[in-house]
Parts: sequence; structure tokens; C-alpha cells
Amino acid sequence: METNQQKELSPFREFWHSFAQNRGAVIGLAVLTFFIAIGIFSPLLAPYSPSQLFEGTYRLPPAFTSGGNIKFFLGTDDVGRDILSRLIYGTSLSLGVGLMVVVVSLISGTILGLLAGYFEKHVDSTIMRLTDIIMALPSTLLAIVVAAILGPGLVNAVWAVSIVAIPNYIRLVRALVMAEKKRAYVTAAHAYGAGHIRIMLSEILPNCTAPIIVQATLGLSEGILNAAALGFLGLGAQPPTPEWGTMLADARPFMESSPWMVTFPGLSILLVVLALNLVGDGLRDALDPRLKK
Amino acid sequence: MLKAVLKKILNLIPTLLGVSVLAFLLIRLVPGDPIMLLLGERGADPQMYAEMKRTMGLDRSLLHQYFTFLSNVLRGDFGYSIVSKRPVLTEFLDRFPATLELGIMAMTFAITLGIPFGIIAAVKRNTIFDYSLMGAGLVGYSMPIFWWGLMLIIVFSVKLGWTPVSGRIDVLYEIERHTGLLLIDSWMSPDGGFAAFKSALSHLILPALAMGTIPLAVVARMTRSSMLEVLGEDYIRTARAKGLPYVRVVIVHALRNAMVPIITILGLLFGSIITGAILTEMIFSWPGIGKWIVFSINARDYPVIQGGVVMIASLVILTNTIVDVLYLWANPRMRQ
Repeated sequence: METNQQKELSPFREFWHSFAQNRGAVIGLAVLTFFIAIGIFSPLLAPYSPSQLFEGTYRLPPAFTSGGNIKFFLGTDDVGRDILSRLIYGTSLSLGVGLMVVVVSLISGTILGLLAGYFEKHVDSTIMRLTDIIMALPSTLLAIVVAAILGPGLVNAVWAVSIVAIPNYIRLVRALVMAEKKRAYVTAAHAYGAGHIRIMLSEILPNCTAPIIVQATLGLSEGILNAAALGFLGLGAQPPTPEWGTMLADARPFMESSPWMVTFPGLSILLVVLALNLVGDGLRDALDPRLKK
Repeated sequence: MLKAVLKKILNLIPTLLGVSVLAFLLIRLVPGDPIMLLLGERGADPQMYAEMKRTMGLDRSLLHQYFTFLSNVLRGDFGYSIVSKRPVLTEFLDRFPATLELGIMAMTFAITLGIPFGIIAAVKRNTIFDYSLMGAGLVGYSMPIFWWGLMLIIVFSVKLGWTPVSGRIDVLYEIERHTGLLLIDSWMSPDGGFAAFKSALSHLILPALAMGTIPLAVVARMTRSSMLEVLGEDYIRTARAKGLPYVRVVIVHALRNAMVPIITILGLLFGSIITGAILTEMIFSWPGIGKWIVFSINARDYPVIQGGVVMIASLVILTNTIVDVLYLWANPRMRQ
């Protein structure tokens, strides 16, 4: 990568300097790092296995409430499994699903957006018409229909949620490419004899990365949320997988008598999504000066 | 203006056709044989199987099947539900008012709170009001509503006992259907009156709250940024310099000009109501479109899924087009 910046700060230092000014974004990044660490080291951190059954300790309330047991900090579920351990193991699932969704939708959306923005005319109108159609279907509806077609399961949920996310990337990349295409460096590359693919991938695309990174961060939070929603509707990960949305669905029949069983999985989803949105806002301000007011 | 509107309407046609193709193909991708599903054990009889296949038109080419489907849809015939044996359109129309009522209530909640919150945050920029409102806004924006709905039930229905857990109205009341909107029908019903209205309203509050939370956050954030932009304009300074009271300047001068982006966002949110409705209706057992579609998907009720997808998508596309047209009308600069 070539950098022709004459400033004292390296690009990364410069980016960090403006990112760190946003206190919310730094807090979000800290929370996110915390969850990523939990996800990576879950076997070391979890007190028990996510599927270990403790007989006689069914629906035990959390340790910090009356009737709780310090051995099960966030209580146990209806078959006597430790909720904290399940949440810890579920972290890598939720983050992993979100990451997979971003990879799938980012790659396919970027390719389609590049093609639409670069070639315009027929290619553009075909791709954009398809995008319009997908966007006409409410995202949750499309995801559940696709999940129902593919059959329930974590991997299929990734596909379903990815399809829903693709139009966002297509529209973003297309708009970016259309703006970049008119720049002098693209004309220069043409004159130099560079082919279409080369111009798209090594000239235009690197100049569009900042907004794409921002979109990917927001896409990660949306992916986690939508995959959890599918889990909740019974179309995502299947029990006894300790996926957070699936845990919520399992716990729902007991929500009146054992509210902690629903509280903590949902709270985990909220915290991760919130952290990602904070980081996304911070990235947008730091990477994309055009959006800064 | 007329030309721009016509162009928008013409643009609808290929998109709507695309939706019908998508819905048609999606259903045919589903694993499992719809004829066996319809016939059950009787499907084992090859003669009955072949006959059913013929009556359903499944022995024709895919293209032929699609055009039959399309011409039926254009005449308002979406086929019959496998589960209830009733026309899909009737089923849809039966449930749509429930979703509409919930959606209107959720949006009312989002608008009546979101706009004032956004204005306060903008006027009190970088104060504790701004930070706490926008912090709450970001939490609302990140909320998994399927969890939020359950938490609302736990707190307000189970712990405090203020509201019922699910449904649209107390089983006590038998409300005659006029508009399908229970808040109106309950008033008109002879044995209902105020008590029935109160019951309907208390059933509606929590689902509307759950469904309105994300729109509320979006509206508040949008109002704030739109107001901040307008408040920096010269004419605001002029109005202030004239000695007009600040509240008047904010409400009359600033808000009116800040409304255009807010209205756009509102239009887009109306389109996304169904998304919120699916999860909200599942949590609160609200007998609307969202719950109907999820149940049909679980029951593999193909005609319902197919027809439902077409109707919902058409609704979303139409709403978006209406918003676009309103936007053109409100914004002469956009007409070129």
C-alpha cells in the first residue's frame, strides 16, 4: 500500500487519534474486546461445560439474589445447566455467526456493487432491480423464508441473514464507485492500458475501503441481531446449542417464574450489539471525514 | 412533477413483477412435496396423486405455472390456505387491521416522543440532556426487540400486573367487526363501550412500546442531527436577533425546516413496520400478519407464504413510492 502523506503521524496513529476522541467508541471497543476475549478463551473461562447437567439444581436464581448459590453465578436453567457457562460458550457462536455473515455479504455485495457502479447501464439496472426486489421484502421476513427453505440450523441461518444484508453493500459500493470512477487517477489508469478488473480491484476499491469498513461494523451488529432473532424463532441454531437467541427461546416458557433465564442471554446480545454500534459510529467519524459535521 | 410521479409509478411495475417471480420461485425451492402435504396418507395412491397434481397445475411447465399464478394474483386470487382451506386474501384481510393498529400505535409512540427528544438533545447540545438522550437512543437502536418485549412483559405484566400478557382484548368482550381496528370497534360495540376500549388499549400498550422502540431511537437521532443543521443557519440567527422568544424560533422556524429529512425517515420506517411486527406479534401472540406468516412457514402452508410475501412486499413498495411522491411534493428542488 502506498502512502503519500507528508504528515508526522502514521495513518494508523492519525486514525487512532481521532477515534480515541470519541469516548463512546472507546468504551464500545473495550466491551467488544472483552467479549472477543471471552469467545476465544471460553473453555478456560467457563466454570462448567455448557451441556453439563446438575441434578437437583433446576432453575436456581443468580448468586446475588436470595436463594442463589455462589457455584452458579447467573443461576441455572430448567434442566440444571449453568447459565454463565452457556453464555460464555455462546459468545463465540454469536460473534462467529456475525463474522461469517459479514464475510459472505461483504464479498458478494462488494463484487456486485463494483460491477453495477463500474459498468452502469444494463449491468447496473439488472443488479439494482434485484436489489430493489430484495429490499422490498422486510429483512426479517426474507430471513425466515430463506431459513425455512434451507431448513433450520446455524449455518443456514448465516446464509439467510447474509442474503438480507447484501443489498446494503451493493448500494454503498455502487455509489462509491460511481463517484470514484470520474477521478483523474482512473482516467490515468485507463490511458495506461489497465484492464477493467485491474482498475476495479486495485485502483477504485482501495479508495472505497473506509465507508465499507464502517458498513461492515454495522453489518456485524445487524448480523448478530438477525441471527439471534432466527434462533429465537426456532429457525437458527437448534437446542441444546448455547446460542443466545436459542437460549432465549428455550427460556421463554419459564419467564414468569425464572426471569433470569431470559434476562442474561438478551442482555448479552444487547451489550455486544451496542458495543458494535458505538465502535461503528466512532469509525465513521474517524475514517470518513465527509460524514463529519 | 407529474412526469416524475409517472416515472415512479412506471418503475413500480418491474419491481412488483420481480417480487412475484421471487415469491413464486422461493416456494418451489422449499424441500418437501406440496401434493403429499395436501393429501397426507391419501397421496400414496398414484391415481389421486396424479389427479391432485393436475388440479394444482403442477404438471405444467414452470413458465406456464408462473403465468397462471400471475394472472390469478392480478385478479386478487392468491389461492387457498392448506391449513384453514380459506382464501389467502381473506386470511390476509382478516389479520391486516391488527397489524395496522399495532403499527400506527408504535409509530405514534415513536413520533410523539422521538421528535421532542431529538429537539431537546439538539437545543441542549453537549449537555447532560443531550448525552443521556442520545445514549438511551443508541441503546434503543441496538435493542433485540424479541428480548425487550419479554422484559416488558416480565416487568409490567408479571411483576407489576399493570397490563395483560398477550392477545388483543379480554375474552369477555365479543366485538363486532366494523373497521377491524379494536380501539374503534370496541367503542361502537353495544356491550363494550369504555370498558372494552380500555381492555383493548391495555393489550395494545406493551406491544406498541416494544415495536416502537427502534423507530423511536431512529426518529430521535434523525431529529437531533436535522435540527442541529438548521439551528446553525443564518435565518435562525436573524429570528433570534429580532428578539423572538427562543421556543418560538425553535418550534416555528427551525423545526419546520428540519422536518423534510425527518419525514423521509418516517416513510422508510413505515415500510419497515412489518419487520418489527413479525417479532413483536410472536412475543405478544398478537393475531396479525407477522404471526400468521411465521405460523404458515412452520406449517409449510405454501399458498399462504407465497401470497403473503407478494402482498407484504407490494405493500412495502407502495408505501415507499407514496413517500417518494410526498417527498417530491414537499421538496420542489428534488423534482428535476
